[in-house]
Amino acid sequence: MEERRYRSASGAPIALRCRQHSASCRELAVRCPRLQLRSLSAVTSAVWLAAYGLFVLSENSVVLSAAIFITLIGLIIYLHFVKIDQESLLVIGSLGIQVTSSYASGKESTTFIEMGQVKDVVINEAIYMQKVIYYLCILLQDPGDPQGVSEVVPLFQSSKPRLDCLIEVYKSCQEILEQRKTAPHQA
Amino acid sequence: MVLKVFFPSCCSSAESGILIGRWISEQNSAVILAVVHFPFIPVQVKQYLSEVQRVTKVSVSVLGSWSNSKQEKEESLSEFLEDLGTIFSHEPWIQISKEGDSKFWSCSTLQKHSNNPKEEEIILVYYDQRKVMLSHLHPPLDAAASAEQKAEDASELSAIFDTVAKSKILFMTDRYDDGPIKLTHWQSDGVEASIIVELMKQASVPACMLLTFLLSLISGVCRSRALKFWPLSFLWSKLSTCEQLGHRLQHLQVISSTKKAQNQTQLMRKANIFVSLLIDVALGILLMSWLYRKNRIGHLADTLIPVADHVAEELQNLLQWLMGAPAGLKMNRALDQVLGRFFLYHIHLWISYIHLMSPFIEMILWYVGLSACLGLTVALCILSDIIALLTFHIYCFYVYGARLYCLKIYGLSSLWRLFRGKKWNVLRQRVDSCSYDLDQLFIGTLLFTILLFLLPTTALYYLVFTLLRLLVVIVQGLIHLLVDLIDSLPLYSILLRLCRSYRLAAGVKFRVLEQQDGKPLRLLMQINPLSYSSVVQTYRLPTYSCYPKDSWASLCKKLFLGELIYPWKHKGEKQD
Repeated sequence: MEERRYRSASGAPIALRCRQHSASCRELAVRCPRLQLRSLSAVTSAVWLAAYGLFVLSENSVVLSAAIFITLIGLIIYLHFVKIDQESLLVIGSLGIQVTSSYASGKESTTFIEMGQVKDVVINEAIYMQKVIYYLCILLQDPGDPQGVSEVVPLFQSSKPRLDCLIEVYKSCQEILEQRKTAPHQA
Repeated sequence: MVLKVFFPSCCSSAESGILIGRWISEQNSAVILAVVHFPFIPVQVKQYLSEVQRVTKVSVSVLGSWSNSKQEKEESLSEFLEDLGTIFSHEPWIQISKEGDSKFWSCSTLQKHSNNPKEEEIILVYYDQRKVMLSHLHPPLDAAASAEQKAEDASELSAIFDTVAKSKILFMTDRYDDGPIKLTHWQSDGVEASIIVELMKQASVPACMLLTFLLSLISGVCRSRALKFWPLSFLWSKLSTCEQLGHRLQHLQVISSTKKAQNQTQLMRKANIFVSLLIDVALGILLMSWLYRKNRIGHLADTLIPVADHVAEELQNLLQWLMGAPAGLKMNRALDQVLGRFFLYHIHLWISYIHLMSPFIEMILWYVGLSACLGLTVALCILSDIIALLTFHIYCFYVYGARLYCLKIYGLSSLWRLFRGKKWNVLRQRVDSCSYDLDQLFIGTLLFTILLFLLPTTALYYLVFTLLRLLVVIVQGLIHLLVDLIDSLPLYSILLRLCRSYRLAAGVKFRVLEQQDGKPLRLLMQINPLSYSSVVQTYRLPTYSCYPKDSWASLCKKLFLGELIYPWKHKGEKQD
């Protein structure tokens, strides 16, 4: 179980942790940068200054309590629905791939894709604003067409690691995915 | 090849015995359903299993052996367990053994007729048997459409959920039964049941039959010939209250049918309709008790006439404004006066009728308010109908203004074609050139000029009344949206998702438990519940009304040409 440091597409520091539970089971977790105290205090002070300015203009103290209320609710919503702390990939050969995102408030949202539906795991390029970034994605099999791809599931969307980190993850996944091709199915 | 063993977590502390379950060979996985304890007679076990197989249509068989020894491993026991493999021939024979209170079990397989001698990896997946049995796996929404193709290509998870759900009869025998077979599963400590649920099940059959009888009487009365005469049937089709009552009657018929629900969707639909009706009636009774408490109905009736008077007064002021120089525009005096006086007289007639009705308003409102006990939706529909009746004069003005404007526009377009020397060919549906006589051209141009200069006046009246009509339509539309929301919201499914989230499964999630080298991989399989938005989308009840059928572009076109607009057309009504 080792942890290595990389950078995300926007330059923020991220960490990749790779754990091997057994010969056909691997867990890869990317930890996103934490919520900075600087930005949190900057936003809070901006909101409260604006509210105080409004209070001076309107002489109504409801503005101040409303500002506090809004800040608290906004922070709770941000932590519970927006800020992702860690994104992990659990690859279990012959069962499937599980993608988990854990939010800053502790909530975890999980999706499990069965191995029968997974066609391949590849690194794709995408144009994002003015940059070209790389992202890892799972290609799902089209049940009607054996050569076709029915859906593309992108991974690590909020941490956006760079190519060097993605290559590590890609190599780990491919080692396990290859096992299902070499092992013949029983008749 | 990796072998997957799905082990129920309730059997972790069971005594030694043999494992029974289903072997899915395509996926190389074994789903263990129960543990049969010693002593047993192999013939009886085989008989019992074939009976279970016949009833549940699940191929249940003996899969392996389970040994739970409190002390050190006994050699004789392990040999005995291997010998059992020869009695119940199953390929591969799975042997799981647990020592003392250790979390890490050892798992091995015996293959007699295998080609590859190498040791295969074993994954041990623990699952909660009760939750998996009660849960219903929902396929992804886009794949549900192609469900027929997926039937043969059933995913691994749905096979597991299916197996456990269909083996209900296996879980009916508990350890207090005096049978030859002693099983351990999630219900082996005693079958669970709730007295209230059983009593309700017994009481529901006669209640349903009574309800069906009453409903057949009511629908017979509704369908009788007496109510089908022309004025009455026209009235019923226009009032939204009757539509809503018919809709609710349909719902009642669905829940009161004595046939048991065939599958999950039907069961959820019945439950949703029942809960929705209950909440509706409860809210309606609450509203009624609030309305009748301090004679608020009386106050409401008292304020109705002054409000109608006030609306009429405002309309009169508006018409006086239009008859003068509205917004600085100069109108054609004669036409202005004619239209203005016509509409003023109309308002005067309307006010007289309202004042004629005023002594009866309170009584009518009092009795109509009683029907709120049928449900909040009925009360809202009545409100919408009252608004429609009170603003009937606005609707009339809109129709007059629209027809006048429409005539004018058609006249203008046809005379404009004449002005340019063209004609509309009805046969070919296109514009053709045509040579007109001199007097035709002269009269045509004259009429065109008259219509053109009278256009601003009619256009202004049309604009004002269309805006008023749109306002009323928007208010009615909002009320109907609310009624739709109450009608179609699947409250039972949302409550189920809140309280028993494992019943509605979108998928599963795995958690890796503590590992030890040399022992098989241990995973915990938990149910991943459906998100609230997919619950609402999957279990929405169908409603009778549809959203505006005109797109914005066609609506604007209709407004420009003066065609009458009916944005909230109901399903099943003939198109205009």
